[in-house]
Amino acid sequence: MPTTPDPAADDSPHHEKTQDRMRRLSAVRPRLLSFARLHLRNHATAEDAVQDALEAAIEKSDSFSGHSSYETWVFGILKHKILDIMRTQKRLGQWQPLEDENDDDAIDRQFQQSGQWQREARPVSWGEPEAVFENERFWQVFDACMIVLPDTLARVFSLRELMGLSTEQICQELAIKESNCWVILHRARLRLRSCIEQGWLTGDAI
Amino acid sequence: MIMCRRATELMSQRLDRPLRWPERLSLRFHLSMCGACYQCNRQFELLHRSGEGFDPDRKVRDPASTQ
Repeated sequence: MPTTPDPAADDSPHHEKTQDRMRRLSAVRPRLLSFARLHLRNHATAEDAVQDALEAAIEKSDSFSGHSSYETWVFGILKHKILDIMRTQKRLGQWQPLEDENDDDAIDRQFQQSGQWQREARPVSWGEPEAVFENERFWQVFDACMIVLPDTLARVFSLRELMGLSTEQICQELAIKESNCWVILHRARLRLRSCIEQGWLTGDAI
Repeated sequence: MIMCRRATELMSQRLDRPLRWPERLSLRFHLSMCGACYQCNRQFELLHRSGEGFDPDRKVRDPASTQ
């Protein structure tokens, strides 16, 4: 009986490297997906972006230089994909960054007329940053609060804080004024901190 | 003397652009007097680092729990 070569039996160094990368891609995939979801705000679109990024990573595998970790390199590919998708969505008019300078009720509620905090909205300590970051619950609440954030606030916040773009770059991407970008980020941060504080410290379902 | 609401604008913008010195001064003064704003500032700084949660080289975020 003719024996077909068993791919698993191939222990050449090249094959081992490929196997290792495949393992690492599937390990990092959930993290890529939650990153894409926070930016694109749609599960199916995020799935597509991650799939494209993974395929591109496999195709361009030889161009990985090793200067960063393999996972960081894959994340870089995903970031480009996300920006491409956002540009396309914007071109097609599928989403429009809000330019409105109107007051934001959710923020007005946090302050008195005089500009002081409302008593119940006064921020309290979340504890040491390192401990906060290592707390799983914090990230669950963070994600939940990002989901309920209005579209423009969430997208600008993600581009600034998760993608690490400068406000100047964000203005160019979204064709908004830089001052508008600062207003949006201020609102996003105030809403997020309030939501996280309620959801995390009190343990309320959000 | 700036109020809390204005202070939160400055502490937010401080993360996106260099503040001018009068802004820096009034923010610093306000933060030294106001415990709530001091906490708010720490929270903004924490949110400013939230990208670290996705850093593949830091295992601070368990992806399984965010599905």
